[in-house]
Amino acid sequence: MSGTGIGARVQRKEDFRFITGKGQYTDDVNCYGQAHAVFLRSPHAHADIVSIKLDAARDMAGVVDIFTGDDLAADKIGGLICGWMIHSKDGSPMKAGAHPALAQGKVRYVGDHVAVVIAETQAQARDAMEKIEVDYKVLSPVVSMADAVRAGAPVLHDVAPHNIVYNWSLGDEAAADAAFATAAHVTKLDIINNRLVPNAMEPRAAVGDYNSGSGGFTLYTTSQNPHVARLVLSAFIGIAPEHKLRVIAPDVGGGFGSKIFIYAEETVCVWAAKKVGRPVKWVADRTEAFLSDAHGRDHVTHAEMALDASGKILGLRVKTRANLGAYLSTFSSCVPTYLYAPLLSGQYDIPAIYAEVDGIYTNTAPVDAYRGAGRPEATFVIERMVEVAAREMKQDPAEFRRRNFVRNFPHQTPVIMCYDAGDYDASMTKALEMADYKNIGARKAASAKKGLLRGVGFSAYIEACGIAPSAAVGSLGAGVGLWESAEVRVNPVGTVEILTGSHSHGQGHETTFAQLVSERLGISIDNVAIIHGDTDKVQMGMGTYGSRSGAVGMSALSKALDKIETKAKKVAGFVLEASPDDIEFKDGKFSVRGTDKEIDFASVALQAYIAHKFNGQELEPGLKESAFWDPTNFTFPAGVHICEVEIDPATGVTRIDRWTAVDDFGNVINPMIVEGQVHGGIAQGVGQALLEGAVYDANGQLVTASYMDYAMPRADDLPSYDVGMTQTACPSNPLGIKGCGEAGAIAAPPAVMNAITDALGHEEIAMPATPLAVWRAAQRLAPRAAAE
Amino acid sequence: MYPFTYHRPGSLADAVKLAGSDEAKIMAGGMTLLPTMKQRLAAPSDIVDLNGLDLAGIKVEGGKVTIGAMTRHADVAGNADLHKAIPALAELAGMIGDPMVRHRGTIGGSVSNNDPAADYPSACLALGATIVTSKREMAAEDFFTGLFETALEPGEIVTKFVFPVPEKANYQKFRNPASRYAIVGVFVAKFAAGVRVAVTGAGSSGVFRQFDFEEALSKIFSTQAIEGIKQSADGLNSDIHADAAYRAHLIGVMARRAVEAAR
Repeated sequence: MSGTGIGARVQRKEDFRFITGKGQYTDDVNCYGQAHAVFLRSPHAHADIVSIKLDAARDMAGVVDIFTGDDLAADKIGGLICGWMIHSKDGSPMKAGAHPALAQGKVRYVGDHVAVVIAETQAQARDAMEKIEVDYKVLSPVVSMADAVRAGAPVLHDVAPHNIVYNWSLGDEAAADAAFATAAHVTKLDIINNRLVPNAMEPRAAVGDYNSGSGGFTLYTTSQNPHVARLVLSAFIGIAPEHKLRVIAPDVGGGFGSKIFIYAEETVCVWAAKKVGRPVKWVADRTEAFLSDAHGRDHVTHAEMALDASGKILGLRVKTRANLGAYLSTFSSCVPTYLYAPLLSGQYDIPAIYAEVDGIYTNTAPVDAYRGAGRPEATFVIERMVEVAAREMKQDPAEFRRRNFVRNFPHQTPVIMCYDAGDYDASMTKALEMADYKNIGARKAASAKKGLLRGVGFSAYIEACGIAPSAAVGSLGAGVGLWESAEVRVNPVGTVEILTGSHSHGQGHETTFAQLVSERLGISIDNVAIIHGDTDKVQMGMGTYGSRSGAVGMSALSKALDKIETKAKKVAGFVLEASPDDIEFKDGKFSVRGTDKEIDFASVALQAYIAHKFNGQELEPGLKESAFWDPTNFTFPAGVHICEVEIDPATGVTRIDRWTAVDDFGNVINPMIVEGQVHGGIAQGVGQALLEGAVYDANGQLVTASYMDYAMPRADDLPSYDVGMTQTACPSNPLGIKGCGEAGAIAAPPAVMNAITDALGHEEIAMPATPLAVWRAAQRLAPRAAAE
Repeated sequence: MYPFTYHRPGSLADAVKLAGSDEAKIMAGGMTLLPTMKQRLAAPSDIVDLNGLDLAGIKVEGGKVTIGAMTRHADVAGNADLHKAIPALAELAGMIGDPMVRHRGTIGGSVSNNDPAADYPSACLALGATIVTSKREMAAEDFFTGLFETALEPGEIVTKFVFPVPEKANYQKFRNPASRYAIVGVFVAKFAAGVRVAVTGAGSSGVFRQFDFEEALSKIFSTQAIEGIKQSADGLNSDIHADAAYRAHLIGVMARRAVEAAR
């Protein structure tokens, strides 16, 4: 074999391009004659637009045209959509307000889109934008969820009284109540999951182009799922039918969920290209990214856990308010519902769970999926609850978890999910050993001697990835199926082109997908090209999010490779004059079983195309196959992370001293890339726990609108990670892959906060645990520490 | 960025003349001015770039350190003579910003801008620096007059700094977790004549001296000497990263750590 197959620590093929500055990002796309778009954004969180005066702006040098919401309406361009219908517990559909790409009469958050100026240069567009006069009638904003649902609060959308989008529930309330009635102990906790700004390295961008000869549009854009973008822009927004709309997502510099969604700017650029008869380019600056990229998280939760006297969990009740922002972004409705509550069982055998979630409108940026999307929020709830319950019952947190682990698979939870495989004890055992947990007491004493507080925190997370069986998500309200497609094109010389609907924006698909091909066809990854991100090349795909590219995208590729192998065996049979049933394929060679007759893959490829050894009635020439894969279940990566912190109570500074991560991702294609995903995920999770938090002031102005105030994790905020793995193969896809992209971001926040609260001796601190917050918390009496 | 006229004078006299016009801005390293202009928050008619002047350099002699106004932070941080004379000052320069800022930003630019969270003003004040301009010499305490405010008159250009060499000194910086600017920075300098303590990052009128600490430390230079002295929160900044009470507390912590680390 070539040594580049499954399990090889191959260096990433795409990195040379990226680190030498040869990547082709959307901002690198320059179309002949392009003009530049700049968006006028609302300075107010909530206001009626009385009038917009454009005359002075139109007179400015270089202005090509200026459009407002009226122009979109006149062209019958539809509003942005939310693609997942959620029903309230009373059966009523969610109350979704209209979401025009450019405001129509009202603005609902600072950064909302009021007008677009298109000019010869970006600077000219900005100059003109400053001359637009908008007469706003400022309305009182609702900034916090508590404000939004207060009686008499201003209403954002008339269709949603009290600013409530839905009151949703999951689970059996009566069963949960019954469990609490028999409980020996009840643990209660109020939990805040802080709002995050995604901060992909590359800001969003779009270039819209229209060819008046063909009547076709092209949109280059920073998308994690160009086919979904085309589907929405075509079928719902009405830009053009799909065969007249090509969406290209070239190299994309990070997404973390924020580039799944179909936003106003991209929509307007592609529409405006036809209006002005020129390509139109827009590139967000960082301030725009802070203001208008869909934010993440932002939950307020009250949770209660019922336990018997031995510490066995009997039931869980969770009541969550989820901030959805000012409009429903593309998949926002499902994140705090079906991507959240079904994970509340964690790794534990909990007989009864009941969750209620209220989706709330506020005058803030829309909130949608962000790395983990609902699962970090669920994990934070269950892992904080479990840790606090163990503390209250004076049990070791690791032993407490073991007492409650799911051990028999498949395991049906009371909240939809059926866990297919796992070994949670194995991960815990390995993590405890790697973390040297048995000596934590000595380390705490050593820290105390220096006047420092040491704490240890666990996070035994589980997530649901590989989303998802299409029929399953369809029954839960999804507007799309969640399969993936792949096409394998073998060239006559035996090199291979793979077309996939998965999109790579940092994940390393060009390497890992090639490794699967290398494994299966016995050729080097250097002879494999991965093509993605262009709706004219790849027929259809659902894109990359939810750690699904390996489990779903590569499964589709595996299925297509099965077909290639079958066809290639037929070709080899003709060449070697044997029945295809007698042909074996191994290490890139086709041989006739029991003989020394063989032919290599490249020669079979050539024979398939020259078609000299068979006629067209016997076999079609060529070697190209495609497949769609629809998963049979979610996948369930799980693991145990242990974080050890040392707090300086004099300053409130928390230093992460040790990080142990033991993850079960099923089968692993490239351990180096998987470890990189774990490292990056933990960094994002630590960011949420210690540093990051979007803050709006009482007027709805985003205080943290730049890196001066929004703290991103830096290298010196992070420890050197100790990463290990356990493996139970995933039975739900042919490759046994579970997915690894979000695990770190899901696992990390509760591990950090459990460690900090262990060090402080009380639970009265919320994320982000900044030095200020920790210092304040350290001032308070620490009842647990005092008792010890 | 809005359009402006760019000048790169070859002499101080020309620079002073150009900088005297109404809407002109002097640019040293440009590490604050340029981002502000890019965000369209500043719209100077003219930029007077000092990079054509010979104002850089570090000289240690006669118990004094002289640093030219156009000396980059990285050059201050890396100067061997300065490390011997006033290590605290070299270390402070190494804590400013990031490598790009340290290789472009200058001591003159930083001090003239008098950002309330900048590091250098605390060193100037604690060390009792003399600030030399195109027309006069000023004591540091006369130079800093408020938030982003100095005694500089229109067209007046800082040319160099003269720092007396202390017996020992140290700078402790508590960083804003987002911007990494000082939430509180405390510079402690011990001279034969007494101790001077200057605080940056915390004051709502910019850098200030902590006279109570100075008095106590001048008697006994030890952390215990200031352990019981309470820093008032009055007049301190409050923001999402640190309220006034936390800043007041940190001033004490950072001052004690500076005393402990002074050399």
